[in-house]
Amino acid sequence: MKFSDQLEQRFATMVTHYPTKRSVLVPMLLYIQDELGSLTEEAIHEIAQRVELSDLEVRNVISYYSMLRTRAVGKYNFQICTNVSCLLRGAEDIFEQCKKKLGVGNKQTTSDGLFYLEEVECIGACSWAPAMMMNYEFVENLTAAKIDELIEGLKKKEQQ
Amino acid sequence: MADITLTVDGKKLTVPAGTLLIEACKGAGIEVPFFCYYPNLSLQGACRMCLVEIEKMPKLQTACTTLVAEGMVVTTESDKVKQARKSMLELLLANHPLDCPVCDAGGECELQDMTFKYGAAESKFMDLKNHRDEQQWSPVVYFDRPRCILCYRCIRVCGEGMDVWSLGIQNRGPSSIIAPNKEDHLECEECGMCIDICPVGALTSGAYRYKTRPWEMKHVGTVCTHCGDGCKTTLGVRRADTGMQIVRGDNRDKSGINGEFLCIKGRYAFDFAHHPERLPQPLVKREGKLVPTTWEQAFDLIAKKFQDALTSDGPTSIGVIGSNHTSNEENYLLQKFARLVLGTNNIDHHRTADFPAFASALAGKQNTTASMRDVFSAPAVLLIGNDPTEQHPLLAWQIRSDVRLHRAKLYVVNSSAIKLHRQATSFAQIVSGSEGNFVQFLAGNDKAADSVVSPNLTREALTTLRDALKNESGLVIIFGSELRGADVKALVDFGLAQGAKFICLGDYANSRGAADMGLYPDMLPGYAPVLTATRYHEEWLDEIPPIPGMNLLQMMDAAKNGKLKALYVVGSNPIARNNIDPFALSKSFVIVQDMFLTETASIADVVLPVANAYEKSGTYTNTSGDVQMLKKAGEFAGVRNDFECIVRIAARMGYDVHKLVPFGGAGTRADMGQTRGAQSGESDRHAVWLASHNLEPKMSPYDPTAMLDEIQRLVPGYDISRLNLLAGQDVHSQLVQITGATGMGDPALIMPANDSLFTSGTLGKFSDTLNTVYERYSPPHDLEMAADYDPQVRMGG
Ligand code: SF4
Ligand code: SF4
Ligand code: SF4
Ligand code: FES
Ligand code: FES
Repeated sequence: MKFSDQLEQRFATMVTHYPTKRSVLVPMLLYIQDELGSLTEEAIHEIAQRVELSDLEVRNVISYYSMLRTRAVGKYNFQICTNVSCLLRGAEDIFEQCKKKLGVGNKQTTSDGLFYLEEVECIGACSWAPAMMMNYEFVENLTAAKIDELIEGLKKKEQQ
Repeated sequence: MADITLTVDGKKLTVPAGTLLIEACKGAGIEVPFFCYYPNLSLQGACRMCLVEIEKMPKLQTACTTLVAEGMVVTTESDKVKQARKSMLELLLANHPLDCPVCDAGGECELQDMTFKYGAAESKFMDLKNHRDEQQWSPVVYFDRPRCILCYRCIRVCGEGMDVWSLGIQNRGPSSIIAPNKEDHLECEECGMCIDICPVGALTSGAYRYKTRPWEMKHVGTVCTHCGDGCKTTLGVRRADTGMQIVRGDNRDKSGINGEFLCIKGRYAFDFAHHPERLPQPLVKREGKLVPTTWEQAFDLIAKKFQDALTSDGPTSIGVIGSNHTSNEENYLLQKFARLVLGTNNIDHHRTADFPAFASALAGKQNTTASMRDVFSAPAVLLIGNDPTEQHPLLAWQIRSDVRLHRAKLYVVNSSAIKLHRQATSFAQIVSGSEGNFVQFLAGNDKAADSVVSPNLTREALTTLRDALKNESGLVIIFGSELRGADVKALVDFGLAQGAKFICLGDYANSRGAADMGLYPDMLPGYAPVLTATRYHEEWLDEIPPIPGMNLLQMMDAAKNGKLKALYVVGSNPIARNNIDPFALSKSFVIVQDMFLTETASIADVVLPVANAYEKSGTYTNTSGDVQMLKKAGEFAGVRNDFECIVRIAARMGYDVHKLVPFGGAGTRADMGQTRGAQSGESDRHAVWLASHNLEPKMSPYDPTAMLDEIQRLVPGYDISRLNLLAGQDVHSQLVQITGATGMGDPALIMPANDSLFTSGTLGKFSDTLNTVYERYSPPHDLEMAADYDPQVRMGG
């Protein structure tokens, strides 16, 4: 299996950064996930071979990290923090609003495949609580209006 | 390393620096409890059972990961420690199913024992238990997730110990779960190591699960009857309709050469003993069909047929074929029976290694053979040919452990990339069939390299390898049956020059014993040529002409030509194993002693059903020359052992069994203080030997230890400690040839068994466990049989 040229190049330089090949596994898994949307069987097998691990060992690592996943999620991954700081500042309501607006429950993807919703533990943005992550971006000081705006904006962008 | 002094529970201990605290305590008889720690595996520090108090350290420390330090003061059982352990147990039990009444591990469970000790039985948790159904991962391995306490022992033993790496851990924290390599099932070597190492009943075996309770079995430590490595296996037996049935095999007490190791065969392939096709009574051929008869009639018929053949055609018209699975005593008795009672040297067995060439090359030098234990600690190992992972699983384990724990150097010379090449410091992939030339090259013949080099292996690499080997001290050289005759000699000469020790690999549990005990037409026990006068001639062999008899193939030819009137096959299956045409035997009277109607037994005229190695006592010699005692574990109603059969036939033939088996005090003929001749003035040599070894005279001709007395007295190398043997230990024997004749034992007659991890010659055909596993791993095309293949005929191959 071959990845995109860009990723192949990245892999080629990254392996040289570590004393052992297997060390490159975790960053590579993240990049592959970004490229493919999820870590497919094929991709697991491929990376296992490249870093000289068994498929089982790669799966062990994937299952350890909640950010790594083997099933595709929506294009926009909404991770809403409901830990203490955010909770105190209304995160529950924000989460409920997302559910209603997207029409999905926790850990579900919308039928058009655009949005995935997930309740997560502290993302380290307590000073700007309530906070969430949309893919790799932080969205902070959430309000009901901000959520509406965000979702509408993304939907519009996709229609174009 | 420097020694360190520390105090544990008020006791002063002195141990080498670098010792783990838990081991230091164990050495002083102080037991620190543990789950995740396991000697010789990497450290885990996961379970916190081993917490101890160490002065000047603020928190409790894990004894399994702490190294001893000078002046350390340790308390292993304070109130604080007890409370900590109790809390750990409470947490472990929070989601434990507590199905001890039906759990396989009940009564032998480390979690039960700890709970009993620390009294954490009361539960403060009200949550529902998180249940998962039991899963079958392979024919051998079952997993019961809720019972797992996440000690990771199984993962480490499979990976580090077996080098299989087929178990892993998924998820994190309390939702962690042991996972097999193929998502919902396992593909592995099916050794069962993970099952036996599991401290609880989370991993259970297909062979034993839900069969019985540990306290309902009797446990007997004996020797595995499959490959030539001689693992000790503890068999759990239980009464059944047909006798004592073996229900479990393991080696949890780590008492043998194998430590805790056993492969699938030693652990699970005991099931042949109660196979439905096992013969419960003697059979005799009437009108072309084998029909049941009585033992008395069978013995009478055999004795009469032997006598008829002797009268009409003389001793050379009878042939005897011995076994690689019968005990040393039976083998020794069988050749003595052939030579004395039948008066013939026509005796042979299925040869799988060139032991005669090996014995003669060593030329009686002491301490030149390595024991199975030596491999575990050798600084360097050279392995030529063979694939130990498949054919000698214990040896492979010893080599892997040596490399992993002692950083031994391993040199592998093989025509294919056998699995052990992963541990090799140097792997030379030579051209198939060029093992002999490689050895000649080692011995200094540079031209021999021509046929060894390949695109994978340059001449320079070969020279480097030879130089490296020459610089290894303490080398153990292990070679397969690829090397025979002159090549063995060349290799031994090369190695002896630098003080190496050797192991010659033969297949089957007692192939070395069969060779040592003289199941050869041209050699007596101890590889003594029949041509030269030996101590056997002096004691019992003076009547028979010193001419070599026929070997196995010659006997078959003689049978085809009608010259072999009778053939006595004891525990062997030449038709399948040596590819003999069954019609070759149609003109001879064939007597077979076996457990089943094998290919050979089914064309016999008389079949005597006999006990297997798990059902009798005696000794076995493994391929490296370690002698061990067999102990009777199982029992099968109706059968007798080979030893008794041979003695009874001799008696029926009117032979004085005192001459055959030294029992009843006056064992040999050189006794009773003759007044004339060579023996004048001497008393019974055997009795003298017995007395000097503090042994009693044996009272029954069916007592194999009477034969062992004679073996130990007469066969060089076997005069080993009887006390250690009786204590169940392995005792290394020296390989000494009585006279140094060479060129005996035609190398062309060697046919390796080529068994894999999941086959075991004829025995394996009757083990359902092995068959199931074998079929699972063979690609489907292997199962496509010829159109006339009848699956009901479960024999051969
Ligand atoms: S049976 Fe042996 S090879 Fe298979 S998983 Fe268990 S330890 Fe590993
Ligand atoms: S299955 Fe057994 S050996 Fe493996 S982690 Fe669980 S308790 Fe330990
Ligand atoms: S390695 Fe050989 S002796 Fe040991 S259990 Fe396996 S078959 Fe038996
Ligand atoms: S609690 Fe929400 S970001 Fe820390
Ligand atoms: S035995 Fe020490 S932490 Fe498990």
